[in-house]
Amino acid sequence: MALPVKTAQFLEETGNIARFTGRFFTQWFRPRYEVAEFFRQCYIIGYRSLPLIGLTGFIMGLVLTMQLRPSLVEYGVESQLPAMVAISIVREIGPVITALIFAGKVGSSIGAELGSMKVTEQIDAMEVSGTNPFKYLVVTRVLAATLMLPILIMLSDAISLYGSYLGVNIRGIVSFRLFWTQVFDNLSFSDVLPAFIKSFFFGFAVGIVGTFKGYHSSKGTEGVGRSANSAVVVSSILIFVIDLIAVQITDLFGFN
Amino acid sequence: MAVQEALKIPAQERTTEKEDVVLSVRNLCKSFGKNIVLNDFALTLHAGENIVVLGKSGSGKSVLIKCIIGLLKPEKGEIKVLGKDILELDREELDKVRAKVGFLFQSNALYDSMTVRENLEFPLRRHWIKVSHQKMDELVKEALEDVGLAHTINMMPAELSGGMRKRIALARTLILKPEIILYDEPTTGLDPITGKGIIELMVEIQKKYHSSSIIISHDMNCVKTASDRVIMLIDGRCYAEGTYEELIKMTDPKIKEFFE
Repeated sequence: MALPVKTAQFLEETGNIARFTGRFFTQWFRPRYEVAEFFRQCYIIGYRSLPLIGLTGFIMGLVLTMQLRPSLVEYGVESQLPAMVAISIVREIGPVITALIFAGKVGSSIGAELGSMKVTEQIDAMEVSGTNPFKYLVVTRVLAATLMLPILIMLSDAISLYGSYLGVNIRGIVSFRLFWTQVFDNLSFSDVLPAFIKSFFFGFAVGIVGTFKGYHSSKGTEGVGRSANSAVVVSSILIFVIDLIAVQITDLFGFN
Repeated sequence: MAVQEALKIPAQERTTEKEDVVLSVRNLCKSFGKNIVLNDFALTLHAGENIVVLGKSGSGKSVLIKCIIGLLKPEKGEIKVLGKDILELDREELDKVRAKVGFLFQSNALYDSMTVRENLEFPLRRHWIKVSHQKMDELVKEALEDVGLAHTINMMPAELSGGMRKRIALARTLILKPEIILYDEPTTGLDPITGKGIIELMVEIQKKYHSSSIIISHDMNCVKTASDRVIMLIDGRCYAEGTYEELIKMTDPKIKEFFE
């Protein structure tokens, strides 16, 4: 019995991404190493995403604090506000929201850049210029995304908590020292480590999906737009899937 | 290093095969799914010769030169470039051959994120050529002067007109002083005057560097001005071959419709 067309397309796409990922793992450690391009990508993907990630992180911390406050006041545990915000931001909200924003900014730009390079034959031009375009364009971007996202998440968490500190002080008075003491007293190793580890997988997913969509962009400007769009959609879904798996694993190890 | 040496030695003295054949294609077959594009195609290019491959859009002209440079893999056949069988080479060896073969893309393929200078330096750096900054600067300036666009050195490709981009792409192709140049529709998308300028430039360059070239085109002005020999690619095969003057006299309707 033949598979429905959509199912067949989905399975084919999944197979292609798996093959593309396999190609990444067979090529990333082999010379020639594109060190300069890797650092350039770290600068573009990491440093240039910082203002957006910082701003959204700050708003996230501030808003979360202000939204949580009335419920905690109702139960008389207002003093637990810094601890609650810290745990929710570090464990879940910080990594996932930052990864989603990262997917929107970096995933789409990688998809569009590589897509337009593909349709204007720039990838072929690299190939004839003695360059392995997969290494130069794909490996460097995937590695940069994988390594930069955890750093961005850590910074975003810190900025979020600072936003939270300001949020706490809108309706009450909590000293800077007391706020941070409460945050760190309630955060444990098992809160930070799983979140940190899963952020590498989020970064890898954004990098691999963005480069895959761009590298296999179909001809024409419409194809470039579609690559950028589907890079964001697919990597966002993957972030949630990875998060779901990560929660099951941390639960299995008793970290929840 | 082979490429470094290639930069110093004039092209005339660089040919590797005894009978001055720099490129030969035999029994080449390439298809995409059920669509057979090249079917038993053959071609021989001699040193210093310009061949124009003429054919309708979608007849497989670009596929032919992409097979020659190793961007596409044919199902069957033999492609010898400067004495090396392209289909048998590993990546490193293929890159060495590619350093001696220039490729001008139909869409120019200039790197959008790089300046003109960086675009021209890219093949030099990537082919592992250890030239000093001063030498690299000289090579970039020379290539830009060859195409009459020395003043664009620090500009971005987006700031250039279509004709200028084509010239810069040609300069990038020339910077390694290739023995063979493959032109993929060099005048497509250009107005007739700019197109004529590009063809004259190609002929000038061929004379200066004594390179050989395969030009993919359906521009009759290009065929008339730049070709030593014309190959008609019809139904995936070499349908007819000869000089422009010889082909124009032929009575075969398939050939005639090109020249009318």
